[in-house]
Amino acid sequence: MEELNIAPQTQSEPVPGAAFEPAIVAFVCNWCTYTAADLAGTSRMVQSPNVRLVRMMCTGMVDPKYIIKALLGGADAVLISGCHPGDCHYINGNYKARRRVKLLMEILPRFGIDGRRIKLTWVGASEGNEFAATVNRFAAEIKELGPIDTRRLPLL
Amino acid sequence: MPSRIGVYVCHCGTNIAGRVDSAGVARHAAGLKNVAVARDYKFMCSDPGQDMIIKDIREMGLTRVVVASCSPRLHEKTFQKACQRGGLNPFLFQMTCIREHCSWVVVDPAEATAKAKSLVAGAVSRVNEHEELYSRVEAVHPDVLVVGGGIAGIQAALDIARSGHKVHLVERGPSIGGHMTQFDKTFPTLDCAACISTPKMVAVSQEPNINLMTMSEVVEVKGYVGNYTARIRTRPRYIDQNRCTGCGLCMEKCPKSVPSEFEEGIGQRKAIHRNSPQSVPNTPIIDPASCIYLVKGKCGSCQKNCPSQAIDFTQEESYLDVRAGTIVLATGFDILDPTALSQYGFGRYPEVYTGLQFERLNNAVGPTGGKIVMKNGQAPESVAIVHCVGSRDKNHHEYCSRVCCMYALKYDHLIKDKIGHHARVYNFYIDMRCFGKGYEEFYRRVQDEGVIFIRGRPSEVTDQTQGPEEAGKLIVVAEDTLLGRPVRVAVDMVVLCTAMQPRSNAAEVARIFGISQGQDGFFLEEHPKLGPVSTATDGIFLAGTCQGPKDIPDAVAHASGGAGQALSLAARGEVSISPTVSWINPDICIGCKMCVGLCAYSAIEYDERRRVCVINEAMCKGCGSCAGHCPSGAAQVRHFNEKQVFAELEGLFAPAQPVRQPVASSAT
Repeated sequence: MEELNIAPQTQSEPVPGAAFEPAIVAFVCNWCTYTAADLAGTSRMVQSPNVRLVRMMCTGMVDPKYIIKALLGGADAVLISGCHPGDCHYINGNYKARRRVKLLMEILPRFGIDGRRIKLTWVGASEGNEFAATVNRFAAEIKELGPIDTRRLPLL
Repeated sequence: MPSRIGVYVCHCGTNIAGRVDSAGVARHAAGLKNVAVARDYKFMCSDPGQDMIIKDIREMGLTRVVVASCSPRLHEKTFQKACQRGGLNPFLFQMTCIREHCSWVVVDPAEATAKAKSLVAGAVSRVNEHEELYSRVEAVHPDVLVVGGGIAGIQAALDIARSGHKVHLVERGPSIGGHMTQFDKTFPTLDCAACISTPKMVAVSQEPNINLMTMSEVVEVKGYVGNYTARIRTRPRYIDQNRCTGCGLCMEKCPKSVPSEFEEGIGQRKAIHRNSPQSVPNTPIIDPASCIYLVKGKCGSCQKNCPSQAIDFTQEESYLDVRAGTIVLATGFDILDPTALSQYGFGRYPEVYTGLQFERLNNAVGPTGGKIVMKNGQAPESVAIVHCVGSRDKNHHEYCSRVCCMYALKYDHLIKDKIGHHARVYNFYIDMRCFGKGYEEFYRRVQDEGVIFIRGRPSEVTDQTQGPEEAGKLIVVAEDTLLGRPVRVAVDMVVLCTAMQPRSNAAEVARIFGISQGQDGFFLEEHPKLGPVSTATDGIFLAGTCQGPKDIPDAVAHASGGAGQALSLAARGEVSISPTVSWINPDICIGCKMCVGLCAYSAIEYDERRRVCVINEAMCKGCGSCAGHCPSGAAQVRHFNEKQVFAELEGLFAPAQPVRQPVASSAT
């Protein structure tokens, strides 16, 4: 098996004076949040353009290294969003995601990554408005927080 | 050999191209690694669009295809099939959504185009890592399980049974028929509900292909599409159905009377009872909570008087496992209890009724024999009908219950018809919604009969009089929003058009069947327009009001739709099951057994001999709980593996490369 490339990639140099536009990766489950994102689109709910959705079948399959890879690979923040507790299409995958994200939140700050750059939310399939609001709120928070600087991270 | 990727960017008319520069995105894609051709086109999902992909696969030897258009939930299958027709494995395809997630939600065209480019780059990078996968074909068990024996469940069961497939019809109550058997007349035709529902109920009991199980509930469902096993719990009836002739002598002799659920609390029933003589099956049941023999151990009056020795107090709860290929859920609705809306005085004033209670007052076999009378036996001289009680109300249900306007009109007509033209009927409405076939005509007819319509939601129903003319009456206080002034209407009787709401145990049922509920609590359909009867769980379909409020014609049509979908699977006899399940690489697995405990489907077993964990592909649903945790990285979900996700992330953030080759654009 090939070595997977987790090393930090080149960061685009911030242009002085230009407003900071964060890049956010959202790992969303196919059954709830991805469907909600479709609904938000169909309902033309304007959203911040900074978020890129990565479709997963379940938040339970989001390996913590996907989140780390995204943060080191150019994302300023990562959103993980799935079905509400008790509503998981796969019985309890979202609970597993919740545990993993909780652990990751404890570990990442020790490596210099602000815990606020990771967010776990539950957005059900019928909650298009909630999805748009979540995306906009999170994008605003990260704009406030500023860009991630993975090159200056200690221990890497 | 490097892959040869074809990228196809859709305009979707102006849906995408109105915001996103589709041609520019295609030019950008043409410069990406391994991209052999990138095109943009007006409608990729149209036949010429699909043919373009097929032609390129054949003529240019494409080994991977990326389509950037609408949501993959809409058209992924369309394009996978196109790839297949072109001779490419459908899993060597990746779709990215630049409509719902981009052009429709990003305002600035430059930002939208930039986002679309990044999404396409992610998809191109990912598709490099895709592998050929082959769907598995499984047999579909020919039997169908229908849950709920209301009019929707009956319709679905009959439709399926008549095609020759066996149906297990499970009903929680003692008789099938559901809410419809409580009604007297049906709008807008005013034909009697019993006259149209009882022939269907009898047809169910006489249909050899239907296995009717009353007093029964599904408590557990195992398996997957085509191969479900449902565990059904049957509560005792305390009467041997094979011996009972339905003569009704036991009910006459039973000494114990309690308020009847079927009569909505305004009539009495005996401890041994049945809803009506037309019940199917027409065997009575003994209510163990009120039967003197079952509570205190003595009485047995029914047993002594039964001419056919059908009473059996020794019956116990039993369980049965049935196998079915597909499941139709028709569990129906509950009526909102208006006690919570205390301003309307339900439960406080005896002359305030719910719609369903008023139905029973009207019903010829109801507690009053079909006479509209107050508790004192007199016919009311004036009736107020309050629409939207709990519906269209932010404090209760935001949705419209869809049937209340029409049944209110039916009551208007019945009051005028039964009591006489002098009876005054006041409707307090927000909007009149008479949308169906013949509904508006019926509205006009009732208006011509002299019924009064007041536009405004009443603020309260009170017995606090303000003058001698209001003495002894109930006063409905409201604002007439068309006149812009407050009104007080003194009436003898108030009918509340209570909202239809999800069954109180809908969450439990959703959990048992592995489906979800919408925001309103009703079961969630796969797609509000294109998949109104299917659910996100393959092989489970919805019928009737468990999906949302419906009137009888809509519930019956919806049920036939559900039956049709279940039948199409059952008749085909086989179903192809997605190969996107987990796989554990035995060369890497260290046999830690972490995944065994994580799997919610018990699909992973530990192979003692090889000391590795092994996935049972028939049971795996591909949720990836194992892959998300596996400490050695041995467990991977096919089509969602580590390399593919990493490649997508790398693509999303790759800096833009200069265009290497001119783009072939076929947009006009």
